[in-house]
Amino acid sequence: MATNEEILADLGEIIEEIAGVAAADVTPEKSFVDDLDIDSLSLVEIVVQAEDKFGVKIPDDEMANTVNDAVRYIAANQS
Amino acid sequence: MNGGPAMSGAARTVVVTGYGAVTPLGHTVDDTWAAMLAGRSGIDILDGVDVTGLGVRIGGQVRGFDPARYMPAPVRRRTDPYAQYALAAALEACEHAKLVVDEERAPRIAVVIGSGYGPVASLGRAVNTLRDKGARAISPFTPITTAIDSAAGEISMRLGTQGPSRAQSTACASGSDAVGAAVRMIRSGDADTVVAGGADACVTPIDLAGSGNARALSTRNDDPAAACRPFDADRDGFVMSEGAAVLVLEAAETAAARGAPVLAELAGYGASSDAHHWTAPHPQGRGARLAVEAALRDAGVAPGEVDYVNAHGTGTVLNDAVEIAVLRQVLGERVTRIPVSSTKSVTGHMIGAAGAVELVTAIQVLRTGTVPPTVNCHHPIDPEINFVPHEAQTRDGMRVALSNSFGFGGHNAALVVRAAPSAL
Repeated sequence: MATNEEILADLGEIIEEIAGVAAADVTPEKSFVDDLDIDSLSLVEIVVQAEDKFGVKIPDDEMANTVNDAVRYIAANQS
Repeated sequence: MNGGPAMSGAARTVVVTGYGAVTPLGHTVDDTWAAMLAGRSGIDILDGVDVTGLGVRIGGQVRGFDPARYMPAPVRRRTDPYAQYALAAALEACEHAKLVVDEERAPRIAVVIGSGYGPVASLGRAVNTLRDKGARAISPFTPITTAIDSAAGEISMRLGTQGPSRAQSTACASGSDAVGAAVRMIRSGDADTVVAGGADACVTPIDLAGSGNARALSTRNDDPAAACRPFDADRDGFVMSEGAAVLVLEAAETAAARGAPVLAELAGYGASSDAHHWTAPHPQGRGARLAVEAALRDAGVAPGEVDYVNAHGTGTVLNDAVEIAVLRQVLGERVTRIPVSSTKSVTGHMIGAAGAVELVTAIQVLRTGTVPPTVNCHHPIDPEINFVPHEAQTRDGMRVALSNSFGFGGHNAALVVRAAPSAL
């Protein structure tokens, strides 16, 4: 099972690759849309890659708020 | 309200104020032009293309192109190479033209990018992704990435232009038709400035197989640099190639008002259809003749005033013979007194980019008085015509150039450029 820190690091890498946001800027308190300025289409790609990576089905709503919310959802539901 | 220009009775004069190119010869106009003048071929054994089962293993590839130099990661990810080449060429063109897209000008600036095949590699990948990983794995950017208007859309978004932006697709004539469409937009007052050109990235197994099976491609695999032989008796087909060129076209008064450098006047455009066959030209060049005649008429240029022809000159048996017949019909004996060269001999056939790259070439000829050669033309099919074999030639007083593009589907387009007044 991946720890929250590992999930955050992996999520940061995915976000950097897809949205061009530096992984170091992907910190827990930030909002995907308001703080990281990730557009809705990129967010869908990020969700799909995160699902593949963590083996978790992630509803779009879970990516609507902060990075921390997504990390906690993945941590709680990973198989 | 940003109104249209003050229209008088006379058609507006259209000028070229900048251009950029990404080709197998280089990633800028300067590098491309230098290689053309040197007769240095961009055609080589294919690198990174799966040639399993293909009869053709050569092509003109854009090598060493790093999209990260031109666009941020999210744009790179969502664009096919064809659109990346177009965007890089557009950025060079705008810098060359010193074009600043501000709030006032933005609604008066349009983008028209021609492409014959568009994002073919990306479309192929999407098909494989759907088959292998299912619908969920199809990126929401797919309808953008795999669309033929993606180059125009990316350029508009990057520059902030708010006039019309669109694709123009007429196979090998796409680049010339895009420029022609731009001329019409400026003359009609729909735009004052148009960022226009062509792009293709079709050195793919599917395109090589298709055009190869149509027997249109050279199979001189053992001697790539000698494969494209326009107007040579031993020619055996065209060479698939890729790239882009983009020009900034403007109403003359718009260019003057902002103090832009005028490189040439885009004087005339003509287009037509063969209404004959998908891959073979009409045997008498019926459509090609209509296009060339229309372009000269549009420019108000008499056949005896043409000083240089950048031929379509693909190196296929049929095209070159028909093109010469058409030039003889339209230009008469004038064609035996002027240089006629095909730079496809070194670039290969960049399909939708070809017309735009060759227009840039024609303007460079007028600006410098130097004509790039047709390489590999050892046994000219018409001994009375100066095909500028092997080496570049210099010539004084060239003022008018004609650039031809004839495509699959019988799409024909011709452009006429006139030297800028300062260059006279």
